[in-house]
Amino acid sequence: METKAFQKIYTKITQITKATCSLNAEGVGYEELASVNGRLAQVVKIQGQNVTLQVFGGTEGIPSNAEVTFYGRPPTLKVSEELAGRFFNSFGMPIDGGPEVEGEEREIGGPSVNPVRRKQPSELIATGIAGIDLNNTLVTGQKIPFFADPDQPFNQVMAMVALRAKCNKIILGGMGLTNDDYLYFKNVFDNAGALDRIVSFVNTTEDPPVERLLVPDMALTAAEYFAVDNNEDVLVLLTDMTLYADALSIVSNRMDQIPSKDSMPGSLYSDLAKIYEKAVQFPEGGSITIIAVTTLSGGDITHAIPDNTGYITEGQLFLRRDTEIGKVIVDPFRSLSRLKQLVIGKKTREDHPQVMNTAVRLYADAANARTKLENGFDLTDYDERTLNFAKEYSEKLLAIDVNIDTVTMMKTGWELFGKHFTPAEVGIREEFVEKYWPKQE
Amino acid sequence: MKQENNLTRGKVTGVIANLVMVDVDGPVSQNEICYIKLDDVKLMAEIIKVFEKRAYVQVFESTRGLKVGTEVEFSRGMLEVTLGPGILSKNYDGLQHNLNTMDGVFLKRGDYTAALDSEKKWEFKPLAKEGDSVVAGDWLGEVNENEQPHKIMVPFKFEGKYKVKSVIKAGEYNINETIAVLLDSKNKEVPVTMVQKWPVKIPIKSYKNKPRPFKLLETGVRTMDTLNPIVEGGTGFIPGPFGSGKTVLQHAISKQAEADIVVVAACGERANEVVEIFAEFPEIEDPRTGRKLMERTTIIANTSNMPVASREASVYTAMTLSEYYRAMGLKVLMLADSTSRWAQALREMSNRMEELPGPDAFPMDLPAIISNFYSRAGFVNLNNGESGSITFIGTVSPAGGNLKEPVTESTKKAARCFYALSQQRADSKRYPAIDPIDSYSKYIEYPELQEYLKENVAEDWVENVLKIKNILIRGKEASEQINILGDDGVPVGYHIDFWKSEVIDFVILQQDAFDPIDRSCPINRQKYMLEKVLDVYDTGFEFESFDEVNPYFKRIINEFKQMNYSKFESDEFKRHEKELYKIIDEKKTA
Ligand SMILES: Nc1ncnc2c1ncn2[C@@H]1O[C@H](COP(=O)(O)OP(=O)(O)OP(=O)(O)O)[C@@H](O)[C@H]1O
Ligand SMILES: [Mg+2]
Repeated sequence: METKAFQKIYTKITQITKATCSLNAEGVGYEELASVNGRLAQVVKIQGQNVTLQVFGGTEGIPSNAEVTFYGRPPTLKVSEELAGRFFNSFGMPIDGGPEVEGEEREIGGPSVNPVRRKQPSELIATGIAGIDLNNTLVTGQKIPFFADPDQPFNQVMAMVALRAKCNKIILGGMGLTNDDYLYFKNVFDNAGALDRIVSFVNTTEDPPVERLLVPDMALTAAEYFAVDNNEDVLVLLTDMTLYADALSIVSNRMDQIPSKDSMPGSLYSDLAKIYEKAVQFPEGGSITIIAVTTLSGGDITHAIPDNTGYITEGQLFLRRDTEIGKVIVDPFRSLSRLKQLVIGKKTREDHPQVMNTAVRLYADAANARTKLENGFDLTDYDERTLNFAKEYSEKLLAIDVNIDTVTMMKTGWELFGKHFTPAEVGIREEFVEKYWPKQE
Repeated sequence: MKQENNLTRGKVTGVIANLVMVDVDGPVSQNEICYIKLDDVKLMAEIIKVFEKRAYVQVFESTRGLKVGTEVEFSRGMLEVTLGPGILSKNYDGLQHNLNTMDGVFLKRGDYTAALDSEKKWEFKPLAKEGDSVVAGDWLGEVNENEQPHKIMVPFKFEGKYKVKSVIKAGEYNINETIAVLLDSKNKEVPVTMVQKWPVKIPIKSYKNKPRPFKLLETGVRTMDTLNPIVEGGTGFIPGPFGSGKTVLQHAISKQAEADIVVVAACGERANEVVEIFAEFPEIEDPRTGRKLMERTTIIANTSNMPVASREASVYTAMTLSEYYRAMGLKVLMLADSTSRWAQALREMSNRMEELPGPDAFPMDLPAIISNFYSRAGFVNLNNGESGSITFIGTVSPAGGNLKEPVTESTKKAARCFYALSQQRADSKRYPAIDPIDSYSKYIEYPELQEYLKENVAEDWVENVLKIKNILIRGKEASEQINILGDDGVPVGYHIDFWKSEVIDFVILQQDAFDPIDRSCPINRQKYMLEKVLDVYDTGFEFESFDEVNPYFKRIINEFKQMNYSKFESDEFKRHEKELYKIIDEKKTA
């Protein structure tokens, strides 16, 4: 990144904390980019002459006479077709050994879409995973996170979803990715022959944590280029947003802000919303869909990070290990896609909502039967049958290794109903039962 | 009026996110609006604190690129809305800029579009005549705005008595033409047009008095109207964890409620939810008027990604527009989703100003701010003997779903109806997830409302409602016993009690917001169903053993549900009703 000619060099730092440093400077703009002894930094506070910089690389070893220069502009990304197939760091600089990208320079973290210029999302995204397509259908322009404990295979599921989804571009925003996970993503994308439609912005655990703060904005600036300029359907993967939020709290604590719940900054909701609300369906075609990961600690969704996320996103996909079948499933109780109403039974077969609801209801009956069993009560015949149903339902539909189309999902549902129950017990609308109830062999 | 030259000016001396410090060269006042001249745009901002020569302003835009020394111009006015015909069916941002007339797909800083169309001609009819003595809020004439009688009033800012010198004759005029000339106490002529301005943070009080509200406001939502009714001019709030159905419930109310005007403030929530309103409201018909819902609705959209300071302003903008329509003698319903986002906006600002924080880092005066806001709703008698009302229902998004947090607790003190959404009900898809036992309406204790319900719904309505509540409590107790002692560890009567309360749950409480028929239930139908359900309750049943109870009541519930899904009193409805009584007769004790 070249700097302007005649630029002034400051060498007198007045204060240094773990994530910020301050100095006296003139003519500096808010959110302007700067360099402190070669490390990139951004203006986060101006008080008269005194300017506070957030140093992305951390301040370890920064001397009080460090050289500070200002760029005269906020962080930017050069956008063009050349982005496709490339890997970048948090600053948008290539890490794949390739040349710098040529293109129009755009400020990251740009303005929001005028709500009246949005289109109501209406296109289904098929993933082959029944726990998603059948129960929690995704729609273009949606924003939805996986809620998962750190030991769940969320990155694998996400990569799978991305590769199966019909989209023009996949943009990966990796925050605090382990090097292994980074290489994993690189490999699957490569093996799938999909590299040319993938753009990655990656901050690994080896990089300073504060750098992560740039990743979502970088990824979404690239996404907006493809979705707005080229009318493409873009899928943005953000993993792990919990680590992003942790970086936010580091900076705000260094700036002596009063923390709110769980030592997160009071502005956490707005900070996360600014990112997630970039998901949009444009009227002229083109869309941005965001699939994110929010790792939980011990499944606790009342912690400030998942809690604020839940209030922002359009549902959540909850991964859980089902000990009965020894596989990870998409939990039908705690997961929700709020936009599914827009497509199920409309873009999919008419019986979709009924099959979905009935199966989940029977699965809930099974959960009650299990509680009864645990409390030492006798099971009725119906209870027994719900337990048998639940096991097969989990195996054939909820498990994340399922890969079938939506019609097969519904067929499977009907087969399970027919095998374990009578039509009266499932209580589905008459006309559907007549049409789809499995015939006796 | 303009004194450009004497306006106070200032220069930026500091920036922390959207909090900007400005050193001023003259007098300024709290809440005064100023404009920061950044390059070729002007960024609107509001003073929130003054310390000696320094004004602390919150900017309604991103402050990216702002530098020390940038010029600031103070306006001398507070944040105001523009009031006049043409507000209905508009989509505004939190500061009442028209979103539809803005350029481009993305919002641009400083793109401040006009609230009203100044070209459009309105069919004006005079109501006042020469010689009339008038005060602020009195009606001078009216125009037809989407079939609503939109009153042109003596501007709210006018103090004291005026005499009407002339009112223009009936005809077509635009909003800026003089439609009346008034004489003040010194006989000075004052022209009046169809537009006026009013500062959003100050309540409009041009009415005679504010009695206790007493008329039921029908929402078509059974669990509200029947169990915990809200009234015209009442206040209520809906707290609930994420995904529990706050927005779906508010949307249902906004579509169905018996109101003349609906003002929706989308305050810091998802843009796609507002898009849903944009897409649906121009299509859906208001069953009472046959006109499109959008025609009676105004939307203030300040979604979560729009500037935080204007999120704070957006609820005040919506309330002031509501007060304007109330002064015309109309029934206004105002909804805000979510008031927690507004409180968070206050918190962000308070933190930046390094104020001493209260609980959960919210500002100390949060309870006062919330209760002042809720107190702007209400039923009023106007000076001319007419009446109008603002019913206000806000949602609250408690952190972690825990109701022991400052916004919920402060709101509980201010609002008279409490519609608590329960995670458990939402998880088991019992929508709307309003907890029937924790929720309450204080209005049902008002003798005025009880009188009204007796006269307009049924003589024994209030007793029946209380009865229903008791059955629900009894059912809950029975179910707890069954869970502890096991199905066969309790007398069969416990199962019957439990299932009788389940009938109420499935038939009265649960309601499918997405079903074309079930979604809205008028009060006469609610009365009919309540009586049917009580019929079941009052019937004695006999069962051999507990395991007969569940399947039997499931059949009863099924017939009831089919009735809910059928058109009221249609053949289908009656068929299921007959079927229902057949089932009842099977197990009825002699
Ligand atoms: N009355 C209802 N009938 C059927 N489904 C409902 C009903 N209410 C809510 N739902 C379901 O619950 C989902 C979430 O509801 P909603 O968006 O209203 O939640 P919310 O409380 O506003 O959440 P948030 O606080 O995150 O905004 C809906 O998308 C819908 O699937
Ligand atoms: Mg909501």
